[in-house]
Amino acid sequence: MKFTSVFDIIGPVMIGPSSSHTAGAARIGRVARDLFGRQPKWAKIHLYGSFAETYRGHGTDVAIVGGLLNYDTYDERIKTAFADAEKAGLAFEFIPETANTEHPNTARLVIGDDEGEMSVVGISIGGGKIEVSEVNGFKLRLTGGMPAILVVHDDRAGCIANVANCLAMHNVNIGHMEVSRIERGLTALMVIEVDQNIEEKVIQQISLIPYITKVSKINN
Amino acid sequence: MNVLFHNVRELVERAEREGKLISEIMIEQEMLMSGRTREEIIEQMDRNLTVMEEAIERGIKGVQSVTGLTGGDAVLLQNYIAQGNSLSGELLLDAVSKAVATNEVNAAMGTICATPTAGSAGVVPGTLFAVKNKLNPTREQMIRYLFTSGAFGFVVANNASISGAAGGCQAEVGSAAGMAAAAIVEMAGGTPQQCAEGFAITLKNMLGLVCDPVAGLVEVPCVKRNAMGAANSLVAADMALAGVTSRIPCDEVIGAMYRIGQAMSPNLKETARGGLAATPTGKALAAKIFGGAVVQGDY
Repeated sequence: MKFTSVFDIIGPVMIGPSSSHTAGAARIGRVARDLFGRQPKWAKIHLYGSFAETYRGHGTDVAIVGGLLNYDTYDERIKTAFADAEKAGLAFEFIPETANTEHPNTARLVIGDDEGEMSVVGISIGGGKIEVSEVNGFKLRLTGGMPAILVVHDDRAGCIANVANCLAMHNVNIGHMEVSRIERGLTALMVIEVDQNIEEKVIQQISLIPYITKVSKINN
Repeated sequence: MNVLFHNVRELVERAEREGKLISEIMIEQEMLMSGRTREEIIEQMDRNLTVMEEAIERGIKGVQSVTGLTGGDAVLLQNYIAQGNSLSGELLLDAVSKAVATNEVNAAMGTICATPTAGSAGVVPGTLFAVKNKLNPTREQMIRYLFTSGAFGFVVANNASISGAAGGCQAEVGSAAGMAAAAIVEMAGGTPQQCAEGFAITLKNMLGLVCDPVAGLVEVPCVKRNAMGAANSLVAADMALAGVTSRIPCDEVIGAMYRIGQAMSPNLKETARGGLAATPTGKALAAKIFGGAVVQGDY
């Protein structure tokens, strides 16, 4: 079931003109920023399908940049996001693509700064609702509707149990969990949807667990 | 996961078995699935209702989009209604004008509440604030109107689509109009089954509607599609309240909408490559707005 709340249907409150191309786009930008953990200094934004064809008319471009600046769907500042980005030191570039994607409203955001970079694929599935379908090459399905933790780790026995134990110690309940890896024995990814927002100290503790290379969170 | 209904049949059966309104089942399901209290849920919907009311108030005073393609029609309609000579009736035209008002505000990048999407945000509030003048609902009943709309939209979103890019305009304004028809029926005192009939009759008459926005903007023909969505929903609600039923059950109409959306060419699903967007005037407008040559070729 993709839509779980009546407020996915009657909502969100947002700046026009399009729920999928404006509000959903803002959410994709914001979730990418959350996953990156800080405001990026640069962003290469690849747009596919309907996004690529109509992004200027729908304000998809200002909305994604607004999301990268941490603006919510109803934030009036979305309209001035380009100018705001310049002031905030965020350089961005839009690249309309012609390749076919599984979903017509897909964006691939490659964002980074001096410390590192990250690639996030977001899809806007209608009414402002989004899913994250790929992070740094890992296929996953993240709705953004629930707080979540993403853990990149070495593909070794015990990693998953150690992270689950750490969450249990902090009384954090796991609602949904997915694990995936690009290649056996190399790097793997855990996607853990949880019932409540995660405190920074929990993230720090998880990052101290052996063989964990990176921890990101999305709060709701 | 605690789901009280997966389709319209289950929704209606549960409401009738328990002697409850559709809106009540939606509120109960939201409590179950979100773990939030009734008060929190009602309060959030109340805030959405306020956003809708403010958008209408702004729109009927007159707004213009950045491109100048849309704006001001809600004012024309309100002035026309005030003259008292309308042929289709004041309530219906009032709904039309308020649907237009909302979408004109949306096109001007104003604040709206998506119902179920931004491009189709006019129908549900437009009809609500017109029917309000006839039925004199309480604030609680107005909030319930949104939960009833939401219940039907929830089924469509999960069993078909509410995305123009995935299913065409039938998935957006078609869904919105069906949702509004069901909510009108409940507010007017109809049964849960009559709500479903209202939804089915509405959507049946919006099947196949393509998403062909000129220049890819949510303006032409979106604003007027909302106007007609509102009109369609009011007439269908009246038909359902009169006892007219749909020969094709509501869930099957939703299934048909989904399959039609899948069969629809991508050119007609929010890519601005077909339909009205590909007319000579549509292409000329796009070239004027974004600069550059008129792109040739029809789809």
